[in-house]
Amino acid sequence: MRVLSYDPELCITCRTCEDTCSQTFFREVTAEKSKIRIHDGGDDLPSASFCNQCGECIDICPTQALSRGRRGVVRVSRELCVGCFACVGFCPSQVMFWHVDEPVPFKCISCGVCASECPEGALEVVEVEEAPAPVEPYKSV
Amino acid sequence: MSERADAARPILGEFSYEPAAAQKGYTGQTLYVNLSNNTFESKAVTEEMKEKFVGGRGFGLWYLWHGVEDETRWDDPENEIVISSGPCGGITQYPGSGKSLVVSISPLTDVVIDSNVGGHFGPLLKFAGWDALEIQGKAEKDVIVFIDGTTGRVTIEEAPDVPIDSHKVGHWLINEMAETEEDRRYMSAVSAGSGADHSRFGCLNFSFYDRRREEPRFKQAGRGGIGTVFRDKGIKALVVKTDPVRGDLNHPAEPDRISKVGVQMHREIHEYDDVQCRMRHRGTTYLVQIMNDYDLLPTHNFRYGCHPDAPKINGDVWEGKFTQGIPDGCWYGCTLSCSHAVDGYELRTGPYRGQKVIVDGPEYETVAGCGSNCGIFEPWAIMEINFYCDTYGLDTISFGTGTAFVMECYESGLLDKEKTGGLELTWGNAEAALELLHQVGRGEGFGLIFGQGIRRMKDIFAEKFGADREFLEDIGMEAKGLEYSEYVTKESLAQQGGYGLSNKGPQHDEAWLIFMDQVNNQIPTFEDKAEALHYFPMWRTWFGLCGFCKVVWNDVTPPDNDMTEEPAKVPEHVQNYVEVFSGVTGRKVTKEDLIKQSERVYQLQRIFNIRLGHGLRDHDAVPYRSQGPVTVEEYESRAERYDEQLEEEVGVDPTAMSTEEKMAALRAYREDQYEKLIDAVYKRRGWTKNGVPKRETLEKLDIAYPEFLRVIEPHL
Repeated sequence: MRVLSYDPELCITCRTCEDTCSQTFFREVTAEKSKIRIHDGGDDLPSASFCNQCGECIDICPTQALSRGRRGVVRVSRELCVGCFACVGFCPSQVMFWHVDEPVPFKCISCGVCASECPEGALEVVEVEEAPAPVEPYKSV
Repeated sequence: MSERADAARPILGEFSYEPAAAQKGYTGQTLYVNLSNNTFESKAVTEEMKEKFVGGRGFGLWYLWHGVEDETRWDDPENEIVISSGPCGGITQYPGSGKSLVVSISPLTDVVIDSNVGGHFGPLLKFAGWDALEIQGKAEKDVIVFIDGTTGRVTIEEAPDVPIDSHKVGHWLINEMAETEEDRRYMSAVSAGSGADHSRFGCLNFSFYDRRREEPRFKQAGRGGIGTVFRDKGIKALVVKTDPVRGDLNHPAEPDRISKVGVQMHREIHEYDDVQCRMRHRGTTYLVQIMNDYDLLPTHNFRYGCHPDAPKINGDVWEGKFTQGIPDGCWYGCTLSCSHAVDGYELRTGPYRGQKVIVDGPEYETVAGCGSNCGIFEPWAIMEINFYCDTYGLDTISFGTGTAFVMECYESGLLDKEKTGGLELTWGNAEAALELLHQVGRGEGFGLIFGQGIRRMKDIFAEKFGADREFLEDIGMEAKGLEYSEYVTKESLAQQGGYGLSNKGPQHDEAWLIFMDQVNNQIPTFEDKAEALHYFPMWRTWFGLCGFCKVVWNDVTPPDNDMTEEPAKVPEHVQNYVEVFSGVTGRKVTKEDLIKQSERVYQLQRIFNIRLGHGLRDHDAVPYRSQGPVTVEEYESRAERYDEQLEEEVGVDPTAMSTEEKMAALRAYREDQYEKLIDAVYKRRGWTKNGVPKRETLEKLDIAYPEFLRVIEPHL
């Protein structure tokens, strides 16, 4: 399956990925509409939140709006989604996002646009057999 | 609609309308349908209605009040069935927001009944353009009412081709009425069943399409016999159809406020349900074990509160039978998902014997009422009763409590095989209970007497069979004519009031105070109990004004809830509801305002009962079985407990007393306690000693309408 991969050693938290993502999908630059979120680690390394394509959300959805599509990527059907955000609350890594402007939730679809814009090469899209371990849900300190 | 079906259903009345989109939770219109003359009306929902009575039960009572006369009875054409969800009904972002309230004059109680129900009809009704549906009159022949929100057309159609039993109506809906998969998703039917034709406790089934099972599912407006009224009006089904549902169809004032707390709530359920009630895995059946452990699980017609066989029907058992891994919410976005089902159950009895069906449930009330209360501890029997009650359109609570009553009458010798037409109604006889159920479905034999409900059975048994009237009054677990729901209240005075001092009759959705009172001793004085019997009925009423389900409020709680000042209120969740209500309607409210909203509706319902010739202190009486031990066996089974109470609370020395003397002393004490409780509660609710709302109470709530004063003044 196709997933995004992130190397915190290379990340300089410039947030180019966030800007690129929201610009690509929502035509505006705002971190709240990015499908990847970078967290400054302070003295520690930074971290990133984005979907690992584990698919746990698929069975949560009451309308079957979530499904695994081409190359194993989990996608949201705008046609079927009723905007309940159950998947947002039930995502084990808290990487299904919502925004008040948007009727449906959104998530990383491993498109790789952010990776191509990352100045440090901290992001890349890789092919894996199984979904990587869930990203630890980010907790602000 | 297929041409074949259209031809089979001549149209008796037709109405075109412009479907109004909801704004801030309201479409601003109510659909009135008269089945006597096949006419329709679009009624404006006024600002005053929204301000004073909010929606849901409030709207139902308001329309019913104006639709009937003082003398109207349940089977008069003027009686109405009003269905309304409420301003928050149909939002998808906060779990448990798809409920409807149905209001009518009850065949069991002769006063107003309100019954809450899930399923898709209420929300879809709103998305078809209507805040409420008000049905009056009686059809000459069986009809359906079809509300097509996609074209703005309502029709009353003769319905010779439409089945009566609800599971068949569900299949008719998805196979005959729906033309596409999309139709199936966005259509819902309300139906009753053949049992509702022959009893006073008919229920309504509200359908929803289960996308994974690809089958119709049902939730029930169970209480008070509205299914009986429905069939008496000649309705086979109400059908609604809409365009695809989207998350913003209520056009809320501030959607972010709703989603914020909604996502937080989903997260809380994700984190804590597995370690708290496990509603997502076993639904309300988790209660069976807890009730049994605390001596609260009704057993043998509420004689006892526990039974060694209870583990055979507890939540673990049902968790193994429910099909897991399916999001079993009865409306979109309900992640507490308690609407579980048993798939592929093969029926052993009755007209559908041998068929494999989906059993919707069972839920706690059905397990306790049709199981332990009748001494039945076989899961298959509970599933079978559950399925047939639903499809026949019968309330499982009234059926269960009613069966427990006739079983005790049989075991006590008040009934025998001759009187029951051969039914051996002994404790635990599941086959006999099922045959009784099928008799109600067929309208035959003892089933016809049974279908009258406990209150009328008491009259029949006393008058025709010469049964001891006092004993029947003591053990017949009904109040106001409604059968008790399934909790033993002997050791909780507050819950005796929770049942007895409710407007509609003994149903737990008004107040459930047993743990606060009996287990945790948090409300020791009469004033404490009265405060609880004010706050909780008002708070629980509020869910039914807005379209909310109660379970999301307190069947999962924040981990720090116990550290709050009033954990029984679940303060964090109350605040969530303030957010959601404000977010939808744009009205600035506090948590106190929500209680005030309910108070208006609650007072209206009380006045309505008085208007119909009930609603006074005498009508708040309860059977002694709900207060204490009626029989020697009951007393002696818990002799230590009762002896101790005689000594410590009543102040008598039980050592030299016979069991009968002790029972009499305990009874006198407990009955007196109940009267004192009534005094305290009436005072807190702003009523006279006779249970009549005072003029100043109505003035304080801004509802001192002349039509209300006309009813109360003769009693003041």
